[in-house]
Amino acid sequence: MSDKTEKTASRLPVFKTYKLYIGGKFPRSESGRVYEVTDSKGNWLANVPLSSRKDARDAVVAARKAFGPWSGATAYNRGQILYRVAEMLEGRREQFVREVADAEGLSRAKAAAQVDAAIDRWVWYAGWTDKIAQVVGGGNPVAGPFFNLSTPEPTGVVAVLAPQESSFLGLVSVIAPVIATGNTAVVVTSEKAPLPALSLSEVLATSDLPGGVVNILSGRTAEIAAPLAAHQDVNAIDLTGADEELARELEIAAADNLKRVLRPQPVDYFATPGTERLTAFLETKTVWHPTGALGASGSSY
Amino acid sequence: MPTTAPAALADVTASNSTLRRFLHGLPGVDAVGLEARAASLGTRSIKTTAKAYALDLAISMVDLTTLEGADTPGKVRALGAKAVRPDPTDRTTPAVAAVCVYPDMVAAAKQAVAGSDVKVASVATAFPAGRAPLSVKLADVREAVAAGADEIDMVIDRGAFLAGDYLKVYEEIAAVKEACGTKARLKVIFETGELSTYDNIRRASWLAMLAGADFIKTSTGKVAVNATPANTLLMLEAVRDFRAQTGVQVGVKPAGGIRTAKDAIKYLVLVNETVGEDWLDNRWFRFGASSLLNDLLMQRQKLATGRYSGPDYVTVD
Repeated sequence: MSDKTEKTASRLPVFKTYKLYIGGKFPRSESGRVYEVTDSKGNWLANVPLSSRKDARDAVVAARKAFGPWSGATAYNRGQILYRVAEMLEGRREQFVREVADAEGLSRAKAAAQVDAAIDRWVWYAGWTDKIAQVVGGGNPVAGPFFNLSTPEPTGVVAVLAPQESSFLGLVSVIAPVIATGNTAVVVTSEKAPLPALSLSEVLATSDLPGGVVNILSGRTAEIAAPLAAHQDVNAIDLTGADEELARELEIAAADNLKRVLRPQPVDYFATPGTERLTAFLETKTVWHPTGALGASGSSY
Repeated sequence: MPTTAPAALADVTASNSTLRRFLHGLPGVDAVGLEARAASLGTRSIKTTAKAYALDLAISMVDLTTLEGADTPGKVRALGAKAVRPDPTDRTTPAVAAVCVYPDMVAAAKQAVAGSDVKVASVATAFPAGRAPLSVKLADVREAVAAGADEIDMVIDRGAFLAGDYLKVYEEIAAVKEACGTKARLKVIFETGELSTYDNIRRASWLAMLAGADFIKTSTGKVAVNATPANTLLMLEAVRDFRAQTGVQVGVKPAGGIRTAKDAIKYLVLVNETVGEDWLDNRWFRFGASSLLNDLLMQRQKLATGRYSGPDYVTVD
């Protein structure tokens, strides 16, 4: 960044103001606070919003409002939109390669590999939106004259603590499965490397993704996560970005309204993910429909 | 001619021209100053114990309202139960001030709140348009009072008011006041969104108070512009000046568009700073609202437990 500005010294540098993403809008933190973000060598990169618990509250309200329409959209439509995110990301690949390289201290080639994998991850989950129901749902054989069907439904508003180390590939790997199945998300970015996440919000805003489906907050993970874990209108929490001690505290707070909790676990983000993150935030609805007396063939359907 | 105007201002209502001279002689409203004052009072920060007090006070001031064509006796009963005990999980939550329904639902509402201090308010006089002959409006009021309404919310004849026929409006309010008798308190709705100017709101406030209103109320909640901090501040100034001149205290009720606890607290600040503690009581200040109560309850739960609450923990109305 610095050597570029020197080359074009005749022109004043235009710095980007990184902002939060709540309900499809880009507000500053309600608290007015910011903190400094540096690259891996300690050079200043940008000031980003230091979110407060009120920002978290506003984000939950936005996510709840978006849940109805997003979970009600057809799986096919959600798949199209997730694919659109991949398309938009492809066009801004260079920006993300630079940001990931700065944030994680990677070479350009390694950063590019991360970004490419992240774009492919959106495509992968886009394909899953209309297939997960067949894999985890279906007709159940029961001992009685009933037609018995199970279908997966989204859990609701999911608080996601994004991984601290993998600032972009890890981030995409935790957001995409949550929204693919129709949940809405309140995402807390990596504390040290929030820039790729805040830039991702600009991509999401231009990808037909309805406002409020993903809300992105930067700041101190422990400070924002605590009110989210205790929030009565949050249905699940993904603790990936929490250390062991914080995860314990948050899980206790989350027990109060029986939130679904996904505990932190070691993940290789380059490997093809399974369906575990998709199914972590699904509820199963089972319907028993009487079929009347069974015929001589043993089945009436 | 009814002579409900206080003695000090008795000659004002002698004829249409004296009334007109008086109302147009009221000082003009500084619109920019009014809005700036209302906005600046809205920036006060109310926290912790003051917030707890304000939330409970606001809950006790709510006129829980259902004014839909689809109202059923069942819905009114549910509303009544909620009015008496807004948060069944927390018995320290105060009851609301009143339930507000259409006249034909008064009996059902009365039954639903029986045995509590919750009042039953009924809109009347061909609410919300007010376009009906006086005899019909008075019959509407009498029926509601006979069914047991403790409060009557009437709408003024905006057509006559805007045409400058102030005496007609005055006499209509006075006639309705008479029909209310001694049992029911009268709230007069101006529909401020249809009065066009702040000057008109000030004139309407004085006109209604001269005619014997117990309460002046901003709006029906059925038009685009309802209660705003500015028009409520203006009406509060009117009741303050009216008491200074005549010694008669009149209540104020903003209605429509107040949906969050934050907004409600801003209104309470307006009351405290304009007319003072005498009005910080549900006998003198009310909120006409339906969805406001749920937000007040959620904020109250947040304050009590330290956790943000959600719509799953209040009723769906």
